[in-house]
Amino acid sequence: MTATPRLPVTLSVNGETRTLTLDPRVTLLDALREHLLLTGTKKGCDQGQCGACTVLVNGRRINSCLSLAVMHEGDEISTIEGLGTPEALHPMQAAFIEHDGFQCGYCTPGQILSSLSVIEEIRAGVPSHVTGDLEAPIPLSDAEIRERMSGNLCRCAAYPNIMAAIRDYLGEGA
Amino acid sequence: MIGQGISRTDGPIKVTGRAAYSAERQDAGPTLHGYILGAGIGRGRVARIDIAAAEAAPGVRLVWTHENAPEQGPAEGIEGDMMDRTRPELASDRINYYGMPIAFVVAESFEEARAAAGLIAVEYELEPGAFTLSGFGPDLNWRRPSQAGDIDQAMREGPVTLEETYSTPYHFSQPMELHACIADWRDGHLHLYLTAQMVNQLTTGLGKTLRLDPGAISIDSAYVGGGFGSKIVLHCEAVLASLATMALGQPVKLMLTRRQIFTLVGHRPASISRVRLAATPDGRLTALGHDALIQVRTDDAWDEGVSSVGKALYASPNRLTRQAHQALDVQPGEPVRGPGELPGLMVLESAMDELAEKLGMDPIELRLRNDTQIDPDKRLPLSGRRLADCLREGAEQFGWRDRPTRPASRRDGRWLVGYGVASSMRGHYQTSAEVLVRIEPDGFVIVRSDMTDIGTGTYTIVAQVVAEALGVPMSQIKVELAHTKHPKGNGAGGSWGAANTTVAADRAAAELRARIAVVAGTGYNDIFAEVRRHFPDGIEEIGKTLDNKDDPNYRTHAQYTYGASFAEVGVDIDTGEVRLRRMLGVFAAGRILNAKTARSQLIGGMIWGVSAALQEAGVLDPRHGHWVNGDFAEYLIPTHADIPAIDAIMLEDFDDKANHLGVKGIGELGAGGTGGSVANAVYNATGVRVRDFPITLAKLLPGLP
Repeated sequence: MTATPRLPVTLSVNGETRTLTLDPRVTLLDALREHLLLTGTKKGCDQGQCGACTVLVNGRRINSCLSLAVMHEGDEISTIEGLGTPEALHPMQAAFIEHDGFQCGYCTPGQILSSLSVIEEIRAGVPSHVTGDLEAPIPLSDAEIRERMSGNLCRCAAYPNIMAAIRDYLGEGA
Repeated sequence: MIGQGISRTDGPIKVTGRAAYSAERQDAGPTLHGYILGAGIGRGRVARIDIAAAEAAPGVRLVWTHENAPEQGPAEGIEGDMMDRTRPELASDRINYYGMPIAFVVAESFEEARAAAGLIAVEYELEPGAFTLSGFGPDLNWRRPSQAGDIDQAMREGPVTLEETYSTPYHFSQPMELHACIADWRDGHLHLYLTAQMVNQLTTGLGKTLRLDPGAISIDSAYVGGGFGSKIVLHCEAVLASLATMALGQPVKLMLTRRQIFTLVGHRPASISRVRLAATPDGRLTALGHDALIQVRTDDAWDEGVSSVGKALYASPNRLTRQAHQALDVQPGEPVRGPGELPGLMVLESAMDELAEKLGMDPIELRLRNDTQIDPDKRLPLSGRRLADCLREGAEQFGWRDRPTRPASRRDGRWLVGYGVASSMRGHYQTSAEVLVRIEPDGFVIVRSDMTDIGTGTYTIVAQVVAEALGVPMSQIKVELAHTKHPKGNGAGGSWGAANTTVAADRAAAELRARIAVVAGTGYNDIFAEVRRHFPDGIEEIGKTLDNKDDPNYRTHAQYTYGASFAEVGVDIDTGEVRLRRMLGVFAAGRILNAKTARSQLIGGMIWGVSAALQEAGVLDPRHGHWVNGDFAEYLIPTHADIPAIDAIMLEDFDDKANHLGVKGIGELGAGGTGGSVANAVYNATGVRVRDFPITLAKLLPGLP
């Protein structure tokens, strides 16, 4: 039996440098969950269809299940563990609790990371399927937010409450 | 404290990713990883299977097939409790359904196990299978009949009659957390970190399968990422991970893939319904008939009670509800949220809407005219029967008076607009449950129960009830759930968990108060000071509930929860695309324990109803018996973009026949008839009645005005 070949990779995870030696088939998702024990990033489908594994790579959200860890040499990875703590919640996390934007909580880290990214994407003028005027500033409308959040499935169907949380967060002057 | 919309106590650890779900538990330390190879045919046998290459692959620790898997308790018949049956895996060369496990690999890493599974060479002996629910045949063996009067004669006499056939598809629970287990065999004891809705209920069947004393099995499901019925019965991940850790002496982790959850976990069976209604011209039902044909397996007859909703929803002197089975070669059916009533109400409430139109009546008026305070089936008074209140309150709040009275009569730009209404009803069940409440002298109250919190808010509502009962702040209450070592309840399922658990906890707290009062009187200010003085080691009591069959109130009253849902949809005049525009549900479900979490759960259930009406359908390949759309890209569940603002109103309610807290359940009720309200709104918008759910564009397009 030959041993599985492994490759070194260095990531910056939530601002901390982490060096791993990995089977090149390990996804970024499994590198976080199984090798760094950062299990806040969830495995919901492992095939890019549910958004539970959403993380930020160099500031942009991706499905970490669709990306191999060794492709991310030197990348800055942000996960839910880097956002807030139970004692010092990020305002979006607090809004999710206040508006009951989750039930089982499994899709929640992905929903929270996506919701923050969605706001930045709209403000940066990145168009979506529902954007009408590509020349004008994009409104932070419910339709724009819902469209951009639709890659994050929630089987408990907390969608109306997630929208209420995002609206509340925006009202707080994010 | 009870009833207040307090935020979930497990919120802070869930929104920060600190709550560890089954496969994320670190209790057992580093694990080996399992991977299942499923059958590539729908029926037949494994003629030859070659595992040599897999066994030689890097990191592989074991490869099992039916030829070398450990001996297990043999499969049992369909008699007896579904929860207690054995579930042997890799037990023979037979293949009963597509995806059934035919090999299991354990390796040092997930990647190695998955790759090795791909090296297994299989030759099949294919047998023809039955994969299509064909319709009512001539020789039907009717089950679960509930009958009154003579429905055939009533249908002949009419004068206004409706007889239509409806079909509902396969549904899957598909909670977001993958079915998963970490099994750790240590010092003769099997520790499972399993995603499960019930824990103590699983040890009997698992023990028999593994040939292990149930007392040697612990199951811990502290955080569960949704269930909706799919995490009730024992599945292969628990069995195979357990066998492997017992063979290897190291912890083993097994997560099913999302696609495997479409084959290795049960579905809601497909059904075909024949509904017969007759009424007088002023809208009094004279006949109510619902025959349902349900898909089953011959060796595992999960009997989805599609026809049962017609037993007690409306009064009719002539009534017949019954169902028959057709066995197909798919995996066993299982509970999926709203078992029986989600498809059954979608069908029956569509038929009621059709009847209202034939009568030229407001659909709400038709329902009110056939309301009843006596259960037509059990012939007992209905406790808390407030269907009429739900319909009237909802009509007012939703603005029902503004509905388009003629179908296809309202346009808003390119959208045809319609309103729909439907009733909801769900049995209230109680099972025997025990909960321990302990007051520690150090100033904390500990509550212990094997009940799970699958997103249902159990951690929060139990703390609220005990806080109120003992007069202690919630911050001083620690709720410990979902472990086999805790007192046994009946877990999360059937909408009974909240009432069972809180009633038992409240009774334990009342016992504690009584014991403290004996020595301290009732005028004390600080319960912990009295406990320190009189019970220096702490004080604890176990509170109990009775099973339905032992509770006198269940012999004198029929107990249900009620609701009404109102939908406004838009249908694109050119494409037939259906968009939900707004929705309201009004519910009478006993006393509400937490206004915030209850509303969320009801809204979530309503969205399941929307989804059943418009999107969800498991498509079974009629040639090969595999699920054509078995993943989240193809099995459509609602996304953010599908769902507008939805509201749920809970009527002030208290059912003193249910229990002393007046509490019933809400987990299934929201789904209830909601699908029917959407279907009726689509008809109202377009004049097209689709009786084959879900209502997709292709079915609407040919009839659009």
